[in-house]
Amino acid sequence: MDSNATTPLLPEVLGAMSPFFTQSFGNASSIHHYGQQARGAVERARESVARLFSCRAAEVVFTSGGTESDNLALFGTLNPGDHAITSTIEHHAVLNAFKALQSQGIDVSYVEVDSRGVVEPNVIRRAMQPNTKLISVMMANNETGVLQPVKEIGVIAKEASVVFHTDAVQAAGKVPIDVNEIGCHLLSISGHKMHAPQGIGALYVRKGTLLRPMMVGGNHERQRRAGTENLPGIVGLGKAADIAMDALANGSIHRIAAMRDRLEDGIFGKIDDTGLNGQGAPRVPNTTNIHIDHIEGEALIIALDLKGLAVSTGAACSSGAIEPSHVLTAMKLPSAQARSSIRFSLGKHNSESDVDFALSILPETVARLRELSPVYNKKAALSC
Amino acid sequence: MSGGVDSSTVAALLRDEGHQLVGLTMQLWNQRRLSDAPGMTENKAGRCCSLDDVYDARRVAETLGIPYYVVNHQHRFEQDVVRPFVAEYLSGRTPIPCSLCNNHLKFDQLLVVAKQIGADSIATGHYARNSYDPKRARWILKRPADLAKDQTYFLFGLTQEQLAHTRFPLGEMRKPDVRDQARQHGLNVLADKPDSQEICFVPGGDYKQFIDAYLHEQGEELPDTAGDLVTTSGDVIGQHTGIHNFTVGQRKGLGVATGSPLYVLKINGEIKQVVVGRGEELYSSVMHVKRPNWISIAAVDAPMRVEVKIRHRHEPAAATIEMSSADEVLVTFDTPQRAITPGQAAVFYDGDEVVGGGWIA
Repeated sequence: MDSNATTPLLPEVLGAMSPFFTQSFGNASSIHHYGQQARGAVERARESVARLFSCRAAEVVFTSGGTESDNLALFGTLNPGDHAITSTIEHHAVLNAFKALQSQGIDVSYVEVDSRGVVEPNVIRRAMQPNTKLISVMMANNETGVLQPVKEIGVIAKEASVVFHTDAVQAAGKVPIDVNEIGCHLLSISGHKMHAPQGIGALYVRKGTLLRPMMVGGNHERQRRAGTENLPGIVGLGKAADIAMDALANGSIHRIAAMRDRLEDGIFGKIDDTGLNGQGAPRVPNTTNIHIDHIEGEALIIALDLKGLAVSTGAACSSGAIEPSHVLTAMKLPSAQARSSIRFSLGKHNSESDVDFALSILPETVARLRELSPVYNKKAALSC
Repeated sequence: MSGGVDSSTVAALLRDEGHQLVGLTMQLWNQRRLSDAPGMTENKAGRCCSLDDVYDARRVAETLGIPYYVVNHQHRFEQDVVRPFVAEYLSGRTPIPCSLCNNHLKFDQLLVVAKQIGADSIATGHYARNSYDPKRARWILKRPADLAKDQTYFLFGLTQEQLAHTRFPLGEMRKPDVRDQARQHGLNVLADKPDSQEICFVPGGDYKQFIDAYLHEQGEELPDTAGDLVTTSGDVIGQHTGIHNFTVGQRKGLGVATGSPLYVLKINGEIKQVVVGRGEELYSSVMHVKRPNWISIAAVDAPMRVEVKIRHRHEPAAATIEMSSADEVLVTFDTPQRAITPGQAAVFYDGDEVVGGGWIA
């Protein structure tokens, strides 16, 4: 139950990709028929991704993933002396890109979120400066699943003629994306979060938006991203985009929402001292982030993994150890509660029996952790 | 699992015995944390918590086919080991962070995590032996077969509960055999990894540089601990740069020239005074040991004959111990011992058995 980390490649996606490894393996830039076949496949995939974004195919740039899309959007737009606005709950692909940009002389304002984990549009408005060049606010948060008011932020950006980038990595395939409704100029997605392979992503670049490439070389991707196209990856992303559109259209996404809700209700019903992080905010249908007080999320995740349930917490540091979540900290959750929080993120590969399994092992696992927790025992002793 | 040959071999041996294992590495300190601080030397790999070591540990777990996790105890490590380490030096004592780490983290926090995730016990790569003695109804800690690798000096703080849930599979082995076992289990790279020597969070072993960099990072001023250099008769013979730059028994760096070699005999922290004298004056027959922990016995009721180690590389010396107050032991050596150093541990042995230990006052 960790689909916000990655998702399995769907068999249909693998099927669409496989001819492009060994048979139609051409370089899309070649003029011969191998190249033409590859070019055709790349452009068909571009059209699929364009449909997912409700944009024109020419506005889609293929990249190596969400991180590259975010980096390209930010480094490709900002220059020394510019001011940019972002939020404190962005993914590290955005936060650390801004940190690097700050050292290059770009002024960055990090706006805070409310206790639900929502970036208030008025906070963005107040952070605007005469030299503001870009706003970057994510569409859905990876840890809480909370949807951000990107349309309202898009209006603010339009009024001020500021470039608006949104990291939609955790929204793609979970909620409809319409770049015109959002009013964004740049939008990032990642393939492996939506059942395409790892190593492929895309950036929407509104026509007329100046973007300096980060990779220079050949004239690929309309000179916005040099390097031979990742043909099987691109084909996989196109197929995954088609499947995601279908799922959003035919309502099968509601099945995931229903499972998520049953999981949530089950946990709140079976385990005391628990609560939802992001309560009261709109969320993507697959994610729930729950604090289970008086435990360490780190130990719970290990204990659950050893029983066969994969979930996550916070962010992993370079060694693989878990660091306190910057998102929950930004929501002003007390540090003990932030450390006690875990994230469940479901996908189409999950079934009702997975939810049953999670609900069957969670109460006893939490009880064991609490029993061995010095903090919890102190509380229990005090309450008698 | 530290990513070193000892804990890796432990994992391999226990897996061979058919135990269900979970590999854990404690993330205790970010080795890059102070690397930008002024005057800090470039960090070298091969130290506790370096990323390379975590990668090594992860590879070992993967090779052995056991689940593996890194658990984050940086906050506790800083609070219970690093801060006291700095504070001890600044009060004129010479701390041993490894014992603090064992007491507060490795055999405390790690055991809690182990129990929480459903494990019965933890196994480590320490060279020591433990076993339950039904006659005394106590868990006993003993020196290992390979006395050259004896780590019991750092383990005197273990409680009965901790000993009951800890295994030391290397206790009966010699280091060369451990390296052989590592090779036999396909852990070739680790088999030739050098032993770790220095304090894991102090790069290059320069603790003064570390204290400077750490306080700077914390936005704290290095307190002025400079003061007088005095003789045993109280004569001021010079000034010193700060008590934290000295340790008992030190000869170099005193900054005064006299006819005969001078040694640090004592540091009077409260008045920032460093007492120096001749080498013979370093010897003492008595010392007080605070906050004792008893292992093979429940308490000292009457004067007891033991051998005492006052530093890691110290030949145990015969002594008599008795309680001088509820929480302090009076140790009287048969023959005077050189450079008894406040802040270090005193560990009491009865042959191979660890009777207990405490902190030299």
